[in-house]
Amino acid sequence: MTPRTVVRVMPARLMDPTAAPDWRLVRLGKGIMETLIQQLINGLVIGSVYALIALGYTMVYGILGLINFAHGDVLMVGALVALQTMTFLMGMAPGMSPLVMLSIALLVAIVVCMLLGFTMERLAYRRLRNAPRLAPLITAIGVSFLLQTIAMIIWGRNYHTYPQLISTTPLQPIEGVFITPVQITIIFGSAALMIGLLLLVNRTKIGRAMRATAENHRVASLMGVDTNAVIAFTFVIGAGLAAVAGVMFASNYGIAHYGMGFMPGLKAFTAAVLGGIGNLGGAMLGGIVLGVVESFGAGYIENLTFGFLNSSYQDIFAFLILGLVLIFRPTGLLGERVSDRA
Amino acid sequence: MNELAAAIPWLGKRNPTAARWLILVIALVAPVIAWQFGRSWVRILDFALLYMMLAMGLNLVVGFAGLLDLGYIAFYAVGAYTFAFLASPHFDVHLPFWAILPLGAGFAAMAGIMLGFPVLRLRGDYLAIVTLGFGEIVRIFMLNLNYPVNITNGPQGINMIDPINLFGWDLSRNLQIGENFSINSLFLYYYFFLLAVAGSIVFVHRLQISRVGRAWAAMRDDELAAKAIGINTRNMKLLAFSLGATFGGLSGCLFGAFQGFVSPESFSLMESIAVLTMVVFGGMGNIAGALVGAFVLALLPEILRDVAVPLQQTLFGHVLLDPEVLRMLLLSLAMILMMLLRPAGLIPARARYSHDHHLSNKLKQEAAK
Repeated sequence: MTPRTVVRVMPARLMDPTAAPDWRLVRLGKGIMETLIQQLINGLVIGSVYALIALGYTMVYGILGLINFAHGDVLMVGALVALQTMTFLMGMAPGMSPLVMLSIALLVAIVVCMLLGFTMERLAYRRLRNAPRLAPLITAIGVSFLLQTIAMIIWGRNYHTYPQLISTTPLQPIEGVFITPVQITIIFGSAALMIGLLLLVNRTKIGRAMRATAENHRVASLMGVDTNAVIAFTFVIGAGLAAVAGVMFASNYGIAHYGMGFMPGLKAFTAAVLGGIGNLGGAMLGGIVLGVVESFGAGYIENLTFGFLNSSYQDIFAFLILGLVLIFRPTGLLGERVSDRA
Repeated sequence: MNELAAAIPWLGKRNPTAARWLILVIALVAPVIAWQFGRSWVRILDFALLYMMLAMGLNLVVGFAGLLDLGYIAFYAVGAYTFAFLASPHFDVHLPFWAILPLGAGFAAMAGIMLGFPVLRLRGDYLAIVTLGFGEIVRIFMLNLNYPVNITNGPQGINMIDPINLFGWDLSRNLQIGENFSINSLFLYYYFFLLAVAGSIVFVHRLQISRVGRAWAAMRDDELAAKAIGINTRNMKLLAFSLGATFGGLSGCLFGAFQGFVSPESFSLMESIAVLTMVVFGGMGNIAGALVGAFVLALLPEILRDVAVPLQQTLFGHVLLDPEVLRMLLLSLAMILMMLLRPAGLIPARARYSHDHHLSNKLKQEAAK
């Protein structure tokens, strides 16, 4: 309302790095087919990051019925903590191999985010488990903005350049189609994490406890499951995945910023809903689909609307998809449960 | 109007009549007192009144009807931009104030219905996210609709909006009375906004105790039961959205005219959240709560700005937390702590039409046994 609002509104491209996919790469491609494949690759890359974030949303929603609004900001914390660690390591041991450096930074970010996830659940959400429906959501919004503010205090308002420890020189697997080693790492890294998570949930004891708790808290606790521990564990795992996603996201665009978590968080939520919230496979599918749709949409919107709209409207697709899915198929692509909680 | 008296602690319960008079006196002399501290404080009070209107409008949607709307500021934007389009050199149209006001309100109400229709079936948290998306879409359009045809002038916003003009009386000029006495324009705006807020209070109060208000309360507490007793929940939801939006649109018009300048920056998600925090902080579902919440949370950051910055300079030698950060910190903490410690807000809604949490918890516990 007053002219000096807090969240500084940047042109869409700066505010949200996703608004500007690698157009330089896209434009280089000449043929229609090359452009198509290029869009598909860009979509896959960003989609797998969305999928990783969406998993955190969907696990928490599956168990608690809570939209953890602050999940996107956990991602931001992960990216910035990793950045801090890398800067520190570069100063301390300039000769260190980039891969080792990246691994250490990732590890630190994951641990910090896991602690953060644990703290959030313990201090804020646990006490609200039996509160009226809106209370946890409002608290989650508060937590989200609190995290952003704290990040703003620690890291300032500036955009930080993200160190590229993996090469960003584009490779050309097909003539006219470009992919960078960072992007390849993102796709394979997130695939590995997703497989790991599926194994964890479906094959291990704690995974079974998680599924039981999601099914029915009370019965699960009667069967000897420590539901409080399981819920805390779910938050911790989700936060760990978000930390990795944050580093990937920031590496992909080369920028990190205190407000960077908001948009991907929202889009990942859309992905979770699209796939069927509470369903792990759905979150993965939803993330990929959303990434691809967004990439194609941004690439072709200018032609489709005869130049009236351009790629700065890219963010609209996620919201449109969210609205359409909720209206026409609230259970999502893979969801079976019709929950009355929604 | 006993409810309004609840805004004054202690006295409000003992002697509501006295409390109401006290509120009136405070409202009337507030700008005079603020003037002693500098004219910027009167301006802050003017903005506080606009926030009050917004909070009352959002309270209709969130507090009365129980629909969590995170994109409320979009309606405010619709009102402000309507005013900017129709009374500025941007399109070179200068319609009179009284002609634009209903238009702004009407467009905002239409936007409310447009948002309401598709989301009718959604509840609770899903609704919140979709409305948030709606708010963002509106903002994205405001930012980008300067190309290929310049409609909104993009991030720069629209300048030189005509001031409020009441039948030839220009509120942006100081009112000259006699030779050497004049009333500053900020006071004129203050009293005009005060009238608007007073009118809104009467309207919302009548609405709350009307058939519609009772239907909303029933719907909020148990939608299925409300349907079963014959309440048309679809229409009631649409009505809530459009009436809430109308308030947003009206205050948006006032905002545009008062500020003389609109840009997408004023309508970010943070502002939606700020208004929501005001409602939550004051107490959802009651007028006094929304008013007090808006008043406190609009003023507190400004007071902090004046106190905290010099304090930090003397303590640390430099400014550690700038006022913007303090405002965000304050709002987010207010939201979290209020939900954890006092979920009903500063001034809890009276039990008459509200859900009895104590009773429902008791019933839940018994059902669990």
